[in-house]
Amino acid sequence: MAGEEHIIDLKHVSKSFGGKVVLDDINLYIRKGEFVTLLGPSGCGKTTTLRLIAGFLAPDEGEILLDGRDISGIPPYKRPFNTVFQRYALFPHLDVFENIAFGLKLQKVPADEIEQRVRKVLKMVSMTDYEERDVDSLSGGQQQRVAIARALVNQPKILLLDEPLAALDLKLRKDMQIELKEMHRELGITFIYVTHDQEEALTLSDTIVVMDEGRIQQIGTPAEVYNEPVNAFVADFIGESNILNGTMIRDRRVSFIGHEFDCVDEGFGENKPVDVVVRPEDIYFTQKEEKTQFTATVKSCTFKGVHYEMYVDSDTGYELMIQNYDAYPVDSVVRLYIDPDDIQVMHKERTCNTFEGVMKDETHVEMLGGTFECLPQPDLRAGDKVAVEVDFDKVDLLDHQEEGELAGEVHFLLYKGDHYHLTILTEDGDHLWVDTDDIWDKGDQVGVNFAPQDLKISKRHEA
Amino acid sequence: MKKFFAQCYIWILMILLYAPLIFIAVFSFTESKVLGNWTGFSTRLYENLFTGRMQGSASLISAVENTLLIALVSAAVSMILGTIAAIGIHNMTGRGKRALLFLNNIPMINPDVITGVSLFLLFIFLHFSQGYLSVILSHISFGTPYVVLSVMPKLRQMNPNVYEAALDLGATPSQALRKVLIPQLRPGMVSGFILAFTMSLDDFAVTFFTRGTIGLETLSTYIYADARKGGLTPELRPLMTLIFLIILVLLLVINIRQAKMQKSE
Amino acid sequence: MKRSHWSIPYAVFLGVFVVLPLLLILVYALQDGSGHFTFANIARFFSDSDALGTFAVSLEIAIENTLICILLGYPAAWILANRELNRSAVTIVLFILPMWINALMRTLATAELFSMFGIQLGKGTLLFGMVYDYLPFMIYPIYNVLNKMDKSYAEAAQDLGATPWKVFWKVTVPLSMPGVASGVLMVFMPTVSTFAISEFLTNNKIKLFGTIIQENINSSMWNYGAALALIMLVIIGISTMFTGGRGEAEEALI
Repeated sequence: MAGEEHIIDLKHVSKSFGGKVVLDDINLYIRKGEFVTLLGPSGCGKTTTLRLIAGFLAPDEGEILLDGRDISGIPPYKRPFNTVFQRYALFPHLDVFENIAFGLKLQKVPADEIEQRVRKVLKMVSMTDYEERDVDSLSGGQQQRVAIARALVNQPKILLLDEPLAALDLKLRKDMQIELKEMHRELGITFIYVTHDQEEALTLSDTIVVMDEGRIQQIGTPAEVYNEPVNAFVADFIGESNILNGTMIRDRRVSFIGHEFDCVDEGFGENKPVDVVVRPEDIYFTQKEEKTQFTATVKSCTFKGVHYEMYVDSDTGYELMIQNYDAYPVDSVVRLYIDPDDIQVMHKERTCNTFEGVMKDETHVEMLGGTFECLPQPDLRAGDKVAVEVDFDKVDLLDHQEEGELAGEVHFLLYKGDHYHLTILTEDGDHLWVDTDDIWDKGDQVGVNFAPQDLKISKRHEA
Repeated sequence: MKKFFAQCYIWILMILLYAPLIFIAVFSFTESKVLGNWTGFSTRLYENLFTGRMQGSASLISAVENTLLIALVSAAVSMILGTIAAIGIHNMTGRGKRALLFLNNIPMINPDVITGVSLFLLFIFLHFSQGYLSVILSHISFGTPYVVLSVMPKLRQMNPNVYEAALDLGATPSQALRKVLIPQLRPGMVSGFILAFTMSLDDFAVTFFTRGTIGLETLSTYIYADARKGGLTPELRPLMTLIFLIILVLLLVINIRQAKMQKSE
Repeated sequence: MKRSHWSIPYAVFLGVFVVLPLLLILVYALQDGSGHFTFANIARFFSDSDALGTFAVSLEIAIENTLICILLGYPAAWILANRELNRSAVTIVLFILPMWINALMRTLATAELFSMFGIQLGKGTLLFGMVYDYLPFMIYPIYNVLNKMDKSYAEAAQDLGATPWKVFWKVTVPLSMPGVASGVLMVFMPTVSTFAISEFLTNNKIKLFGTIIQENINSSMWNYGAALALIMLVIIGISTMFTGGRGEAEEALI
């Protein structure tokens, strides 16, 4: 279905709003006829990317190519794309027919041809006989169909869809997903789809572009992003997963949750810290002692319709999530194993916090928009530029923002079997990462402090 | 029981409020020069009003014409200025938006006398000769805030993507404005126009201070002068009755329209 | 051009026709006839027993008028906003309708009505006429707040054991205070500053503050007139601060 020919190229595209970077050096190509999904949490830059392609926004840097030609200077109404908007954006003063015919009338298409094309597209979205209805009288699903028809009737080269199903209820959403997929196959045009719903992305797409914080995290087929996530964010965002700290002992051998496992990954080096992802459906129960890799105690078991979801505590004290068609009673001790193929090993993006700072005096360093006390640094003078390292578990989080030297908010959290790994976004927009046993929620306001002895300071050499 | 007392209270208040207006309306159907003196039913005053056969008829008719002219022109300008301003303010954020909305409220809070005196001083200060133009400008200044406030909710209700949807479907920005934005703002613009129009019709104080000395009379200033001379021209009675009816109809139309729109939403 | 720039023409217009005129009141108030800076106009007001007397009378009438309007208007607004007692939305339209009729006309009609019944024009008739003129301005904002008020507050209070009487005093009344505040703003200020109306209602016996501003301006005493207007503006500022109103009532008309 998708050819090799690129229809859209984004090259080094960046965009900021009022000093806040929304897209940071995005590089992306989209093949002709492809169904591409931009997937990510709110604020990740997916909608901005779509609006840049549609022409409602202009990139600050970089270029957007259509069939190899830069289209930066072309206003949206001259681009051969049409958009299905998040809340449909049907014109309330026009009826269904007039809404759909809007674009054709502007192009001065003859009336009988308009009539014909509108009818055809209405048939395609199963909305025949609704021509004269007032758009406000339609249900959400029907409005959605009209919005799709209104875009498709103009025969765009690319159909842009901005969370088109977000406002529909679950059942309707599933039906519409199937219909969209059908339409894509019939029409053969390129679809660029924005959603925050990972399941929708997995169902619909040829290619998924996972985005977070204005950057592309991973591009791949649904199977690739699900089975081989490149980092903990992707693993956590797509599907359910157990994400754990591990150590790559040597090629094809990894240790985590206090046990060693065979795996299929190579080239990480020896005794290197890594992140390990194991999907909950990939942890198997066994009766046989020789297959057993570790044992665990079942802590909870919930029926989820098709499968059971169980939380177990491993013999080494790590909590894991397991999905299985069979239920195991709570408090029973079970034997478990994981196939080498199902262990996904990922490079750690960082192993400690590193900040850039400037020495204020011998015992104070300025960084992250605050001043922190440190141990005396006899080799450094005031004004020296330094790099400061702080281990993840050496960051103190406080309940009240005003108690800390820095104020921040819990931006993202990951459970790693025996502790939480938090991403804190400070008021100045810096990130820091924290390992903690305490339970925090996303969006919690926290104060941040460091103990002087935990700041590891070294002189920074200008590259 | 509770309901009965409540209804009584409402009706008594209503009757008291409307008594003077009804009183005028009733006595518009008699010929007596003095109000309150019934000399038999007659539509003579109405005939006089429409044929212009009465004492000082020329000045009353020209006052009515002036009033309508000033109200129409100022309400039309207010509607255009206010709609453009509302679109601008809607797209602003932060301090600038708050500041403009605050300034927009001033003409509505200010008592007429202050508005009148301040504009009078403005025209003196600018050496602007006072007459039709100064009165119209003044009426625009207190009419436009009402347009801004009637158009703003329409902008807020509007799906923010409809303008972009029009561009997306191939409309140029000016086509998008004419074919999509304006049709959706129209109800707000019409309400704003009617409000500005009735405000202008009603105004006495601002006109009084800004009309200068060229002898420009509107209905209000005419009535004021007439009343100070002692005794109202009898033909004012049918005129007031008609104005009352026109405003009654206009207001009911606006309200019924609004109620309908709310229902359809 | 950015959409937000569309507000520029109006911003300029507001600058010239709203901000500058108000500044000119200040400028003229602090100048003598030949354009020199002076406080004499302000000082003159405080030594002018005639003006001070008018000022006091105006405040008195305005306070009395405002109180009567609250006493009469609140129950009316409450009844109108109560769905059990009033089902028709047209009733409230009829109540606010007089707001749209020229106050001068209504006043003259009222005065004529008094004289027909042979009632002596004076302070009583002035107050009566003022209440006539301004009652709708009190009813409407209160009605609006009560009408928009979430009924579940009252239900919650009842649920917690409050009697209907207590619900009214402890929940409804406090929550409707913003409406009362707007109403006060819309009744008090205009009453102090009205001119013409008081003359007709009292046969020129009682003058209000608006009238002396008008008299001074009309007899070309611009600087003194501006000083009186400035004093008026200060009072507006203070009462706006007290009521926290922002012309909500007028906004609510739309």
